[in-house]
Amino acid sequence: MQQKSVLLTLTLSFLGYGSTAFANGSEHEHATTSHEDTVQHVADEHAHDAHAAHAEGDAHGEEAAHGEEEAFDINEMIMHHIADSHSFHLWDTEDEHGHVHAVSIPLPVILYTEDGLVMFMSSAFHHDETGSHVAEVGGQRFINVHGKIYHASEEANAHGAYYEEHDGHPTNAMPLDLSITKNVFTLLLVAFLLLVVFGSTARFYKKNGAVAPKGLASFMEPLVVFVRDDIAKDNIGEKHYERFVPFLLTLFFFIWFSNLLGLIPFFPGSANLTGNIAVTMVLALFTFFVVNFNGKKDYWMHIFWMPGVPYAVRPILAIVEFVGVFTKPFALMLRLFANITAGHILVLSLIGLIFILNSVAVSALSVPLTLFISTLELLVAALQAYIFALLTALFIGAAVEEHH
Amino acid sequence: MDLVTPGLGLIFWTSLVFFLLIFLLAKFAWKPILGAVKTRESAIEDALKSAERARDEMKNLQADNENLLKRAREERDNILKEARTMKEKTIAEAKEAASSEADKIIAAAKEQIAHEKMAAITELKNQVASLSIEMAEKVLRAELKDASAQTEMVERLVDDVKLN
Repeated sequence: MQQKSVLLTLTLSFLGYGSTAFANGSEHEHATTSHEDTVQHVADEHAHDAHAAHAEGDAHGEEAAHGEEEAFDINEMIMHHIADSHSFHLWDTEDEHGHVHAVSIPLPVILYTEDGLVMFMSSAFHHDETGSHVAEVGGQRFINVHGKIYHASEEANAHGAYYEEHDGHPTNAMPLDLSITKNVFTLLLVAFLLLVVFGSTARFYKKNGAVAPKGLASFMEPLVVFVRDDIAKDNIGEKHYERFVPFLLTLFFFIWFSNLLGLIPFFPGSANLTGNIAVTMVLALFTFFVVNFNGKKDYWMHIFWMPGVPYAVRPILAIVEFVGVFTKPFALMLRLFANITAGHILVLSLIGLIFILNSVAVSALSVPLTLFISTLELLVAALQAYIFALLTALFIGAAVEEHH
Repeated sequence: MDLVTPGLGLIFWTSLVFFLLIFLLAKFAWKPILGAVKTRESAIEDALKSAERARDEMKNLQADNENLLKRAREERDNILKEARTMKEKTIAEAKEAASSEADKIIAAAKEQIAHEKMAAITELKNQVASLSIEMAEKVLRAELKDASAQTEMVERLVDDVKLN
């Protein structure tokens, strides 16, 4: 499992470099340059960190927007799609002057600044993500640079953007961003869906008593029983499992619903919730706290003073085991993040092929492949939820286990 | 890389929402659902157990019935046997009683007959005696009409006495 995550992270970084290559390729107006050549070329030329490559791609995108021919930058496209955003982008329109306008659903921006809470709709940025449009709210000025909100500088820089930069990154002060972003919106939607789906399942039993399930309940009950029996009971043990079942059920269904919602390519889906490191980190932290707060004497014994091994080895094992306390949830965090993000990147890359090669004919290959990957992702959505819950149950099981 | 840098806002919202979600779902969804499932599971288990019990009971009942039937049959046989022996006994007894009665009757009859015979014999004897005396009287009377005959007679009697 760990190996797979590493592999996916590698794929992910490869795609990051590779797509920069495409951007550069089109800059030289060599749309037909073979893939391998360009990758080789760029790998040599841009053997520095991804940030720089990313910034270059962005700068290029900006230039192209002003030029006659807009080059397709797959790196920016993918990163834009898997990153969080302050609005739900629907589509682009082009007016009679040839200007491109984004049609999107604005979301509330909530900032905690030195002067207190500031709230406004993301439409105040006029879809700008380059920092060139300043939103003035309550005497404070903000800009949006790639989905991140900064305090705007007084003067525009050479690119017409209101920020100072260093190594391609704005250095302006950032307010604490508590906005209802695309991911937060999806988070709330998932919570709402869970409450509705399982609330009505619960209502069925309240109304009908403990009868055979019908409708929604008949679909959800086997899953609930599966989590209870195959995840919780099997791994935690008969004696302690019951008090962890609500946590494991919430974890499993939250991840599963989020994964599925992320697979819907349009509003209200499309957000990459479980492919966001912040979300998986919080989930992993919950597991971390639940596991360690429930750790029995035997659990800590096994970490700090492993019984049954020579005394000389025990301190070494203690270090290894202690690091393991943190690496376990860390692996949970990375696994979910990498799996879901990789899935999104795969789908986006396959669709992106059509635009890179600038030919509708490619869709003959792209569409079936995307269909295949999407179907696979449906499986992965459930699988990752299962694995996260299963491993959590396993860790809890190890923590509450008592040796005699 | 932006991708692996967790955003504070999302951390805040995810923690808050997930925390609330655990409590809300636990209270309003998991508790009633798991409760209902558990109740039903135990109800099913109970039903299965009681079905098993009923089956056992049925089996026992059947065995009891068979036993009862067997016992009834045995009793009937016994009764029949008893009746047969009783009948035989009764018949034997009756026969015995009858034969003893018959014996008694016969014995009584025999006795009566013997008695009657004795009486008849005695009477016959008496009549023969009186008849003999009468005849002797008549003979004596006839023979002793003259005095010589009477003397001769006395003489003979005296002779007889002498002989003795």
